Amino acid sequence: MARVTFQEERCKGCQLCLPVCPKNIISMTAQINSMGYHPAGVKEQDKCTGCALCALVCPDMVIEVEREERSV
Amino acid sequence: MKKVFTRPKTLKDVAYHYCPGCTHGIAHRLIAEVIDELGIQNTTIGMTSVGCSVFTMEYFDMDMVQASHGRAPAVATGIKRVLPDRIIFTYQGDGDLAAIGTGEFVHAAARGENITVIFINNAVYGMTGGQMAPTTLMGQVTKTTPFGRSKEVNGFPVKVCEMLTPLEGAAYLARVSVHSPKSIIQAKKVIKKSFEVQMEGLGFSLVEVLSTCPTNWGLSPLESVKWLEDNMIPYYPLGEFKKPGVLA
Amino acid sequence: MTRLLMKGTDAIGEAAVRAGCRYFFGYPITPQSELTHYLARRLPEVGGLYLQAESEVASINMVYGAAGAGARVMTASSGPGISLMQEGFSYMAGAELPCVAVNLMRGGPGLGNIAPSQADYFQATKGGGHGDYHMIVLAPNSVQEILDYTQKAFDLADQYRNPVMVMADGIMAQMMEPVELEEERNIELPAKPWAATGMAYHQGRNVINSCYVIPEEMEVVNLRLEKKYQQIRQNEPLCDSYLLEGAEIVLVAFGTASRLCRSVVDKARQRGIPVGMIRPITLWPFPYDFIEDIAGRVKWMLAVEMNMGQMQEDVQLAVKGKIPVYHYGRLGGMVPVARDILEEVVKLYNGGALR
Repeated sequence: MARVTFQEERCKGCQLCLPVCPKNIISMTAQINSMGYHPAGVKEQDKCTGCALCALVCPDMVIEVEREERSV
Repeated sequence: MKKVFTRPKTLKDVAYHYCPGCTHGIAHRLIAEVIDELGIQNTTIGMTSVGCSVFTMEYFDMDMVQASHGRAPAVATGIKRVLPDRIIFTYQGDGDLAAIGTGEFVHAAARGENITVIFINNAVYGMTGGQMAPTTLMGQVTKTTPFGRSKEVNGFPVKVCEMLTPLEGAAYLARVSVHSPKSIIQAKKVIKKSFEVQMEGLGFSLVEVLSTCPTNWGLSPLESVKWLEDNMIPYYPLGEFKKPGVLA
Repeated sequence: MTRLLMKGTDAIGEAAVRAGCRYFFGYPITPQSELTHYLARRLPEVGGLYLQAESEVASINMVYGAAGAGARVMTASSGPGISLMQEGFSYMAGAELPCVAVNLMRGGPGLGNIAPSQADYFQATKGGGHGDYHMIVLAPNSVQEILDYTQKAFDLADQYRNPVMVMADGIMAQMMEPVELEEERNIELPAKPWAATGMAYHQGRNVINSCYVIPEEMEVVNLRLEKKYQQIRQNEPLCDSYLLEGAEIVLVAFGTASRLCRSVVDKARQRGIPVGMIRPITLWPFPYDFIEDIAGRVKWMLAVEMNMGQMQEDVQLAVKGKIPVYHYGRLGGMVPVARDILEEVVKLYNGGALR
């Protein structure tokens, strides 16, 4: 169980997060933020594994990732 | 659920002024994450340089000193000599460090100044609008090399890490890149090492970070990371050029 | 109090140490070098650091860093090296950082020579670097004054958070004179809560900066600086005078030239010519008011300088056209001879002043 959150107002629409997602669930949304960009977002949240590769490559720290802690 | 990726506390919660896809932001974050992990936010002082990175002072939540163009290693020297127990780093672009600041970083390295230099190499001048940098590749088109950089007119790109390697005072020299998840993970390890070298008092450390400038390269952010991988890495090979024995 | 014979360069160095300065960053240049020899030996004795930089450009930026970290810090050079430091002075004025810089002036422009000169007056007093700023400029004229005013320079720098320059030349640097040296004492240095020392060491976050991208913000900074400069103009002008009583003619001179003028005044008085002297000690702020006041009761003034009339312009501004201000100068490292200055005074006195 994982959740990825995009702080849409900070996204500059660079798309660097798109190809790194192993589940291919990130896409650019149709809305326009106050800076004038189409921010990235996730439609199928349930497919997210919480790998955080998208957050790793995001230059603007738009993305926050949460993940269920595995019991050891 | 547990947050596995969030903003490091050493970075202020403000939007960067950088262009879309510019990897300065990634380099900032890696430095801040390293500072968080080492627990040195309150004892670190950062030097900003002149160019796009001048606003770094607005982004790092720590004491910051803005240096004049190219002189950050001299300013850092002044601070470090007064406060030898503080952690001092400079953040400089390729124009700042490898052109106008050539004297300062070379001599800081030669003195073995116990500071860390983070050198962002994106092969072009950003702030002033895309002119040739000392690290611009052969044939690369910029605003001031409209027909491509030529050896007849402009000579050859400067390889900073290789150039410093023979200096005895240079303790740790490495080149990393931030164009892919794998390279970013590696870059963070290297940046951390460079701070550790300073914390152990081993001497001058410099990390060259290959970075993108989509706006001035005239490429999309995705094309830019590809261009970096295909063009910059072959000329500027990644790796550790010099490391102190105790860290090896 | 000890009375001893001391050389000018040693006096600068010793004054710095006694003012609590523990850091010197510099680069060799004649005639400044002997100061660095003194400090390279002296600073380590008091736990300080003398660091030879790779250039004057690096030196002043190391000074910027050390000042930003809250230390009392000094650099020194001569003409060409001071030219290279101008960007740094501008940044320090902009970031409001204190430091003391010594310029032992030499003949110029260009590489010139190493002989004594006062030709860096404009550079020092009119803002040698870019932007709207001022440096406080002190011009001692004896080894005792070098001792006293170099120490004062550090206090002024900290008080106003501004670079301060001490200006002299190779004669003053090489000259040995008896001085009264006070006992060394522990001085309380002013607190610098604004210094970038790491957030663990002060409240909040300190940023040393002169970059204000938004013009509205830069203007506010400019106005704040101007307020400070106005305060300095009001509180800090310093000058000395000699035999102004009954004087009809006033020589205006600073530093080395003022030492010569003093004997010119004596000789002229012996001949019955009523000459006095004004000696600005702060070249910025210039003692305009004092000179204006004197201008109301004398016939003319003669600026005697080792340059082509740089201070003369300030004297002219001070007298506001009330009386003529003439100039006598030797150039290029040549030092005026008292006899020649006297001859000029006599010539002007015998009708020349009506020109």
